[in-house]
Amino acid sequence: MEQPLRERALPRDTVFNEMLGPDGTPRPHYATLCAWLDEQPARILKRKRAEAESIFRRLGITFSVYTGSEARTADTLERLIPFDLIPRILSAREWRLLERGIEQRVRALNSFLLDIYHRQEIIRAGRIPAEVILMNEAYCVEMIGHRPPLGVFSHIIGTDIVRTGEDDFFVLEDNMRTPSGVSYMLENREAMLHLFPELFAAHQVAPVQHYPELLRQTLEAVSPVAPEETTLAVLTPGIHNSAYFEHSFLADQMGAELVEGHDLFVDEAALYMRTTRGPQRVHVLYRRIDDDFLDPLTFRPDSALGVPGLMDLYRAGRVTIVNAPGAGIADDKAIYSWVPEIVEFYTGEKPILKNVPTWRCAEPEALAYVLDHLPELVVKEVHGSGGYGMLVGPTASKKQIAQFRKVLKARPKNYIAQPTLALSACPAFTQAGVAPRHVDLRPFSLVSDRVRLVAGGLTRVALKKGSLVVNSSQGGGTKDTWVLSE
Amino acid sequence: MLGRVAASLFWMSRYMERAENIARLCEAGFRISLTPKVGGGYKEEWLSTLRSAGVFDAYQAAHEEVSGENAINFLLFDERNPSSVRSSLTAARTNARIVRTKLTRDMWESLNDTWIALQAVSPQSMSNARLPDFLDWVRHRTAQFRGALLGTVLRDEGYYFSQFGAFMERADNTARILDVKYYLLLPDHQSVGGAIDTYQWETILRAVSAHRSYRHVFHEDYRPWRIAEFLILRPEMPRSLRYCYDWLAVTAEGLSERYGEERPTAELVRSTHQLLKQSEMGAIFQDGLHEFLTDFIDRNNRLTVSLAADYYFDPTA
Repeated sequence: MEQPLRERALPRDTVFNEMLGPDGTPRPHYATLCAWLDEQPARILKRKRAEAESIFRRLGITFSVYTGSEARTADTLERLIPFDLIPRILSAREWRLLERGIEQRVRALNSFLLDIYHRQEIIRAGRIPAEVILMNEAYCVEMIGHRPPLGVFSHIIGTDIVRTGEDDFFVLEDNMRTPSGVSYMLENREAMLHLFPELFAAHQVAPVQHYPELLRQTLEAVSPVAPEETTLAVLTPGIHNSAYFEHSFLADQMGAELVEGHDLFVDEAALYMRTTRGPQRVHVLYRRIDDDFLDPLTFRPDSALGVPGLMDLYRAGRVTIVNAPGAGIADDKAIYSWVPEIVEFYTGEKPILKNVPTWRCAEPEALAYVLDHLPELVVKEVHGSGGYGMLVGPTASKKQIAQFRKVLKARPKNYIAQPTLALSACPAFTQAGVAPRHVDLRPFSLVSDRVRLVAGGLTRVALKKGSLVVNSSQGGGTKDTWVLSE
Repeated sequence: MLGRVAASLFWMSRYMERAENIARLCEAGFRISLTPKVGGGYKEEWLSTLRSAGVFDAYQAAHEEVSGENAINFLLFDERNPSSVRSSLTAARTNARIVRTKLTRDMWESLNDTWIALQAVSPQSMSNARLPDFLDWVRHRTAQFRGALLGTVLRDEGYYFSQFGAFMERADNTARILDVKYYLLLPDHQSVGGAIDTYQWETILRAVSAHRSYRHVFHEDYRPWRIAEFLILRPEMPRSLRYCYDWLAVTAEGLSERYGEERPTAELVRSTHQLLKQSEMGAIFQDGLHEFLTDFIDRNNRLTVSLAADYYFDPTA
């Protein structure tokens, strides 16, 4: 007799279970999947899991891990991101809410970016203190007065969303610079279609496969020349970058050239790539390297990844850089807490998606509260794209908290604090069978002549029991995300 | 197509061809080492094999002694040897990964599966009993890759660059094998005794998998000058210099046609091709077989330099 596959019991805490309602019965949009799961013997799922792993490995869908050990070559360090077989399902109603909220937010943040590099109305109106913007390291003075095509700075955005209840969705991060992960969204769907065709037959799952087409349309819409005359290139730091697979995947799917910095050069008139036929002009550069490395003549002089002279050419409108330099300030943690103000200021509407409550440690009252409640808070450093110099109160030792207290007191302006959220849980296939695990969601939106969004996104799941950390570097995995049509 | 991409397609194919050739060389070397008292003994044979593989200096830097075990390990697995089977397959895959988007799925999966399986093979596991199976496996995998390439890839410029890589490598390999043992093939070679010479000649033919096809073409016992002719001038022998340049000539023409112009590479291919078409073995022996082979290897090397310059392989150049 096989063990019952699915954990029936609900966790005793207040975690929102996306599949099961409070009485333990499945929510309507999960009913078919739940019944199907109950019928699956564990050995079938195990076999499917092995099959999925071999699909990903054969296709080379790997990411690189850096260990600092020089004896090993990069090739020995390719890892798979764990893939969880059980899809996460969002109802049409849930998705409508997310879609409206994301579109509102990415439009507002793009208006904000255009404004702060031009008339700075939001500062004049006294809605955000000038120093929060102008003293921010991510504020790019080279962009002052420059209007990119269609006034769009951030064309490709990955909005990180977490959920704590039926209609309680929070934006955790806006990722306005070079968000990654979309290739996993697409390949996860391919793998699921291959592994479980019968589940797709039983559900109306909105497609995601047209994302590369939407991306191409988005990039062509901001080209300095007509779409049909546009040459697109994806700029990668190279084969050793952790997201190289994604760079090459997207270039391929769009029919664009995948280039490295040394494949490119500029003259007064244009950006060129070095082809076997000689120089060929590039009109739109989808760069997957940071601002700092784009152009050694403008930014970091030691950068070998970028193209000398690129920024002058860009400002002259001869080439479009996507996302625009300077877009990163919109996802800076020092700006994050102001986003509700930003949405209201530029759209005249109330924000549809909530922000996580945030204490700005620069403000004395907030700082006092944070210092009193360190063991229950997450404290994050502002600037940069995250992951460094943060404190996760609930899992930190007393010593770590004491140390962090000193750092925080010394430079309170560098920090914000947020409560630890009880992330919603979805069924995952674990060693112990099917059990709820915490998840987040990164839908990808595309902004140029209009906002384009595919229904779904990348769901990341914390595969360790009780863990809230969904990062792939710390035991996180991914899942296919299904948005059902009505 | 980016020049850097063309370069990666060229090197991907070239390294796959090299892995295959090294496996063949190793197979021939291993076989003769099992034969008692050949020539200067099995040590001499491994030295010849290392020379044919073009890795003799690297071997000497890594090992003091020549032994069968060391030589096999060096040829197959040693990462200090840039031409070992492991290094070659890894380099082929790295280049393939760079140009993933230019490969068909069949090509990528073939190459990647090979590389994944190779990760599980350790030099320690390579006993004499398992070596022949492993060498077979390498040949099967490289053959499968070639089949995937020829069967699925678009005949666009990328295809031509890959063919340049494969056939320049093959020509170089055959020329080296001949040059290391050229003295055995001279018409005035002083025979040291029937059986031993036959083993030596057979080793040369085995290194290019031609010991059976020789008999199909010549219907007679091994004769040294015939072996030289077979591997240099015969167009029906798929690893002969002539065959390689027949293929390269078609490749160069195809590329020129696609580009609507000839670049210096085309002329270089044509002149070597003409040389092979017009030469006779008598004249080659008269002018010196060794000199002929050295000149050929040099021409073939110059072709790599010329191709890289004509099609902007190196973005920093």
